[in-house]
Amino acid sequence: MELVVATSLGGLTAAGIYLILRLRAFPVILGLTLLSYAVNVFVFATGRLTVGLPPVLSDGASAYTDPLPQALVLTAIVISFGMTAVLVLIALGAFLEAGDDRVNIEDETKTTGENDA
Amino acid sequence: MNHWIIAPVVLPAMLAPLIAYVMRHDITLQRATSILGAVLLVAVATGLFLLSADGSVHVYRLGDWPAPFGIVLVLDRLSALLILLTSVLGLIVLIHASASGWDRRGRHFHALMMFQLMGICGAFLTGDAFNLFVLFEILLIASYGLTIHSGGKARLQSGLQYVIMNLAGSTLFLIALGTLYATTGTLNIADLSVKVREIPVEDAALVRVAAMLLMIVFAVKAALFPVQFWLPGTYANAPAPVAALFAIMTKVGAYAILRMHTIVFGPDAAAIGTLSQDWLMPAALITIAIGGFGVMGARRLMPLIAFAVLGSTGTLMLAVSAFTPYAAQAALYYLLHSTFAAAALFLFADLLLTKRESGDLLRAAPATVQNGLLASLFFVGAIGIAGMPPLSGFLGKLLVLDALRSADYTWLVWTVVLAGSLLTIVGFVRAGSLLFWKSTSPALAGPMEPESEEEAPPPEARLGPMLVAPTMAMLIMLALLTVFAGPVSRHMEATAGQLFDPGAYIDAVLVDQPDTKDLSAHGEEH
Repeated sequence: MELVVATSLGGLTAAGIYLILRLRAFPVILGLTLLSYAVNVFVFATGRLTVGLPPVLSDGASAYTDPLPQALVLTAIVISFGMTAVLVLIALGAFLEAGDDRVNIEDETKTTGENDA
Repeated sequence: MNHWIIAPVVLPAMLAPLIAYVMRHDITLQRATSILGAVLLVAVATGLFLLSADGSVHVYRLGDWPAPFGIVLVLDRLSALLILLTSVLGLIVLIHASASGWDRRGRHFHALMMFQLMGICGAFLTGDAFNLFVLFEILLIASYGLTIHSGGKARLQSGLQYVIMNLAGSTLFLIALGTLYATTGTLNIADLSVKVREIPVEDAALVRVAAMLLMIVFAVKAALFPVQFWLPGTYANAPAPVAALFAIMTKVGAYAILRMHTIVFGPDAAAIGTLSQDWLMPAALITIAIGGFGVMGARRLMPLIAFAVLGSTGTLMLAVSAFTPYAAQAALYYLLHSTFAAAALFLFADLLLTKRESGDLLRAAPATVQNGLLASLFFVGAIGIAGMPPLSGFLGKLLVLDALRSADYTWLVWTVVLAGSLLTIVGFVRAGSLLFWKSTSPALAGPMEPESEEEAPPPEARLGPMLVAPTMAMLIMLALLTVFAGPVSRHMEATAGQLFDPGAYIDAVLVDQPDTKDLSAHGEEH
């Protein structure tokens, strides 16, 4: 199971970073979403991977799965969900204002400066 | 348990939804409420500052859960000082935004402002690393809204870059926290401090990775090389009052490095050693250089100020990177100074921009109404940010240079700081002479006559006292920092001393708490 989790984490992260470097708003949003998936699984795994164990110690249980990372992941999911929504809206606003979805900004200062000189 | 400790978080958190939902159609009511809120925040922060001034560490346990399990807020000298700074800055910026009408050029300005103050105060108070992440997200999501306040192409595009940069930063933050939790099993800062010191040097690789990842995350917030690229574009395109408030945002990153990398990953932790120092110092030096060259290269006023902020961040982080009490004292004094200096310049830029037809382009243009007043505001602000006598920037830089005298690369550090200051001075002198001295209109050949002010183009309404007052207030803060440099730097010394003696902090959080017997007694009652 460790192998499956580790390879999928690596795959998600690599795809996410590749998409972020595309410099277009939509691929960047997808890339950040993939990255946040990868991070959520990673944080989940920091409590060690266990199968079929109760989340808290009880009298009958010999071992337990750490409940704290699960709580942390829940917070992280909510936050990244909200952030993605904000990002989509800002990207949409920038697209409507600028007419294209490039993330990099054309340097207008230079041309304006030349006109003044 | 003193409940006032959580007031700087709760007060804005309660006002913000009220402003957003109940008062959404009445701008006067919004202004009154948010300014009243900021005044109350200043009062609470002053109270907390006095409470912590004797060196005691106050812990607030949320839900009264014992420390490593529940979330704690910790009030010590450092956090009280920064909350006071935030609230004073927030109040002045709010008055400026209300007086200049920035708050009605978009929606929900005051609500976002309250959430912003809540996030910043919370980040300074919290004693839990994951809670720090959550509060970072709160202050970031409010700052996303504020950066693109009132819209426009350039603002939305640079806002998009800012959001993407910070989302990537948040992702790294989570990876760092995950790594830290996996190796130490805790995220409470005091508990982390104890656990990191128990890790043998041979097994320290993962902790070192976590420490460096956290440093990158905080460097994104503090705008430190090589992750500083977002700052000039964002600050230059943000509404000026927002940029003035953001003067505290880079300091949140500096605070987090100061807190985490002294208490948890300090040089005394065998697992970490001088790792933080080795990376922070070159990054800070390069940041100063980028700031200096940026100031020289800027063709507009707002980017000019933004690059000057970058340079001052570099100086601040340079002092932090020494990780000695004296250097931290210098860093804290310089932090107070650079916050007010940067905010003063951004507010000034807003005053000037409304009066110039060519916007913030650095080129000769007809003189503005009240050219003399604006020129003297710029003059004082520029002296402040460049670090020239007689203002506190000079004292701050002097302290920083003195604190770094015993460092390994003194000659390099001194050269970079002094050359960076020189570049900043030259850049500001050039900008000032273009903006004010060459301000004769083409029709007027000779030196400017006072009468020519009457011929100034349309934006000829004079600046009211309420518009100039916030900028003046920022500059008066600089003057106060200079006049009371002695008492202030003595308090900084005590603050830095407390920071580098984390025993009291750790004891207050972990040891001096109602023990578990009390808890079980409570349980039985129910």
